[in-house]
Amino acid sequence: MNAIEVREVSLAYDTPTGRVDAVLGASFATAPSEFLCIVGPSGCGKTTLLNMIAGFLVPSAGEILIGGRPVSGQGFDRGIVFQDFAQLFPWRTALENVAFGLEMKGVPRAERERVALEQLRLVKLEKFAASYPHHLSGGMQQRVAIARALAYNPGVLLMDEPFAALDALTRDEMQRLLAEVWRETRKTVVYVTHNVAEAVYLADRVVVMSAHPGRIRAVVSIRLPRPRDALSVEFLQYQKELLGHLTRQEEA
Amino acid sequence: MKALLSILVAVILYELLARSGWFAAALVPTLPTIARTLWGMLGDGSMERHALNTLARVFAGLAAAALTGLVLGFLMARYRAVERFFSPLVSALMPIPSLAWAPVFILWFGLGNVATVLIVFYAATFPMLINTWTGARAVNTLWLRAARSMGARGPALFWKVVVPGASPFIITGLRLAFQRAWIAVVGAEMLAASAFGLGWVIFDAKEFLNADVMLSSLVVIGAIGLAFERLVFGSLERATVLRWGMVRAGRT
Repeated sequence: MNAIEVREVSLAYDTPTGRVDAVLGASFATAPSEFLCIVGPSGCGKTTLLNMIAGFLVPSAGEILIGGRPVSGQGFDRGIVFQDFAQLFPWRTALENVAFGLEMKGVPRAERERVALEQLRLVKLEKFAASYPHHLSGGMQQRVAIARALAYNPGVLLMDEPFAALDALTRDEMQRLLAEVWRETRKTVVYVTHNVAEAVYLADRVVVMSAHPGRIRAVVSIRLPRPRDALSVEFLQYQKELLGHLTRQEEA
Repeated sequence: MKALLSILVAVILYELLARSGWFAAALVPTLPTIARTLWGMLGDGSMERHALNTLARVFAGLAAAALTGLVLGFLMARYRAVERFFSPLVSALMPIPSLAWAPVFILWFGLGNVATVLIVFYAATFPMLINTWTGARAVNTLWLRAARSMGARGPALFWKVVVPGASPFIITGLRLAFQRAWIAVVGAEMLAASAFGLGWVIFDAKEFLNADVMLSSLVVIGAIGLAFERLVFGSLERATVLRWGMVRAGRT
């Protein structure tokens, strides 16, 4: 699994009202197989930062390394899951969606279907392999998206608020499932969220960002045994600590 | 069932009118007269020959129009230069009725199939072009991002994401193109076809005041149009975009 290094990365763009620093001088690094969450209010540049790691945006300064190699464009070393359920291809079944990356890699059909089915089993959806996305619930569609991002075996998994559009009950279930998937696959994960409890539940470390300009305010290590108990005193203390960083920046 | 009922009501109203005695029987023939004429023309094979001629012209024109519309539509959506060049041409040519070209085409190519097919082609190209162009631009950017992150580039991205992603528009374009082509071919045959074809039958029958022949031909024109609309395009939609949930069926 690859480590990610973000070195003094900035992204600025010009608007009619002047120059905006979406991200300013962000630096952090992950260990291989680390689960890193980025939290922050909307507009803090957390998604922009993720999009730069994904290769959709090019930093205006600084550099990003994955497994020691500078990022340029998209590649098979990263898997990406978005927030919107519409990310799945509606004209492909769950299995065909998951097999897409392998198809692009030129893996023969029988082999890629075998691997795709394995990935669907990992997210507990093997029974729905032949279903089209519009017949699946939102939570199931996001599980297919996770399986799809993992199927071609990237070292890094990038996730942009993948459970934000789900109801609370499904979200809890999905977080448990993701923690399990992560434990089994040992991917390096960068997970963007605005939900503090979600970050404490999932992350080894949490990067807290603030808006205008988008800056890293704090990095907090979550030293709790897994699986984590969201009702334990320590869990709530971490939530409080993160919220403290988030509200302090609003006053500043 | 509802469709049958509405057709039945219309037919009964026509029959009452034909039997009212307000019009000359030769001009407004009763349904049994039309049926007898139609049966006779079907029996000696002449109606089939006319219909096949018309269908051949429609498909020649439609095939050329679909190809032109698809290729140009995708190119316009993909390349700004192509769009800038063709967009004003499309705006200028589209409002001209295809039949207005009939005398010009006849002058250039004489009476016969070339002029007829060209008129059909002209009528069918624009709906195909506009829909492909719009459809390609309306493809969800999330699909493109997801596909690129999974290594899809160039032709693979086009065939496996852009084309299926634009398919609801493309199918609608094809459907409208067929309707326009079917309308145009009848008019074109009246003006430009030297012999054979359902439109020519109507025009020719005028010389002999054969209203029953005209109406028989009209019945066949309507029936073929209806069959294509319901069977061909209906099943095409059910097999693709409806099945994928990319468009919804109307509520019952």
